[in-house]
Amino acid sequence: MNRRFFIQTSTAAATTPLLALNQPHSPELVDVNFATGKWPFRELPKLNSEALKQRGIMRAITGSLEALLTRDVAAVNARLVAVCKASGGVMLAAGTLHPRLPAWREDLRRCREEHGMKVIRLHPNYHGYQLDEPLFAEMLDAILEFGMAVQIVAQMEDQRTQHPLVQVAPVDLKPLHDLLQARPKARVMVLNTNATMITTALRGCVSLWIDCAMIEGVGGLENTLKIWPIEKLCLGTHAPFFYPESSLLKLVESDLSETQMTSMTAVNARAFLGT
Amino acid sequence: MNAKFRIWDLHCHLSGVPGLTPEERLGQLLRYADRVGIERLCVYMGMKWSQDPKPDDFRRQNDEVLRALSKHSNRAFGFVTLNPNHVPESLAELERCVADGPMVGMKLWVAKKCDGAEIDPLIARAAELKAVIFQHTWFKTTTNYPGESTPDDLVKLAKRFPEVPIICGHTGGTWELGIRAIRDQKNLFADLAGSDPTAGFTEMAVRELGAERVIYGSDCGGRSFASQLAKVHGAAISDAQRQQIFHGTLYNLMNPILKAKGIQA
Ligand SMILES: [Zn+2]
Repeated sequence: MNRRFFIQTSTAAATTPLLALNQPHSPELVDVNFATGKWPFRELPKLNSEALKQRGIMRAITGSLEALLTRDVAAVNARLVAVCKASGGVMLAAGTLHPRLPAWREDLRRCREEHGMKVIRLHPNYHGYQLDEPLFAEMLDAILEFGMAVQIVAQMEDQRTQHPLVQVAPVDLKPLHDLLQARPKARVMVLNTNATMITTALRGCVSLWIDCAMIEGVGGLENTLKIWPIEKLCLGTHAPFFYPESSLLKLVESDLSETQMTSMTAVNARAFLGT
Repeated sequence: MNAKFRIWDLHCHLSGVPGLTPEERLGQLLRYADRVGIERLCVYMGMKWSQDPKPDDFRRQNDEVLRALSKHSNRAFGFVTLNPNHVPESLAELERCVADGPMVGMKLWVAKKCDGAEIDPLIARAAELKAVIFQHTWFKTTTNYPGESTPDDLVKLAKRFPEVPIICGHTGGTWELGIRAIRDQKNLFADLAGSDPTAGFTEMAVRELGAERVIYGSDCGGRSFASQLAKVHGAAISDAQRQQIFHGTLYNLMNPILKAKGIQA
């Protein structure tokens, strides 16, 4: 082996557990699936930019958990931007758009023109629309016209553990195939996909990026790379809802070449961001 | 991989793993376990499962585990899979695999809810043999399988055997409910395996049960080791508590039968 990964768990980490992934010539890890704001059902760990950096994550595309249920989306986006600004360049805001709300185009304009955002993160299942509705195509095109990238969150939480009053099924991703084929230059990423989605609904979506937060199974990344191109698979933690160590350890569990590792943890995310 | 913690994995299966034979599959699991620093795997159920296996079926599954164990006995422990819908055959299988064989635990899945007294002979005999007893549980917001126990069902069973330690598989999955359900039943232990790595699980388990009632497990091959190890590596707990969960609690439960069988581990 010409490379070695190891886990360091700091002894001085009783309250802020550290788990850094170290490797020679370590790329600066980019997490494409981070979030800030309150989760309605549980207090989540407060992971700030320092906590991310301690884990080797130097950049995190950051959405807002408030986006799920808050109607004043403009305020959600403004709060998100404030948190990201205070992160010293670690957190990169992914703004929210909710196409069922009146005047969503004004939220989009503010995201781009006032906040300078590069990414929009969508929650179709929490916002009550399907990807085969004309409304979605309309919003997608509006985002693309601004030159922005799009993240679609397939699911936030296992349905079996959801609060009984707020049960939300995963997004049906099937329509993406045709939508993307008609928009070959669109930069679109699906977050929190699982193996079933990858092998069924997303089959043949060659231009689509995905992240690894909900890819399960022993050797899960190795297995995914047998059916999904390495250039389109990104490190995503789904933290702070998930322990970020989950995705970081997946990089250790699977036997990845140095090129695969760099690709997954940094290069692909940069391509998605268009930088 | 630094060997800062000694890690045993309570909850491993031969399904969802590449390999044509049981021993190949366990070998694959061990290859990944090595990468993430896991020393020993507890393995149960065969290469193909059914929710309500007939005696022939659970005997075949146990044969597969025995076959895998024979190749990797220094890295794995076996738990016998039984079905409380077939008590006499299950008792015979317990004799074959644990009393007369190398296995050290008993796994009960979703064939029959565990709250009824029909299951008692299995618990009583497993306890006599000092076998580690594992009962799958879930609290699903969706719907449990007809024979699928909840942690509440397990509490009823545990009350009938207050001296017998029993592991609450998955801690009910919906762990905020599962931990509360088993909290006052001190002979019940929490298995962290087989649910998403949602932050807060391990902290709440340690707060409400104490680390000495919490056990790391993965539920591999369906789950990664990574996501499940993260529940312990990533939790805001002390390293001593981490070590207790990774190894100490399970070792305490297993020590009596290991001693009785003269197994060094
Ligand atoms: Zn299992």
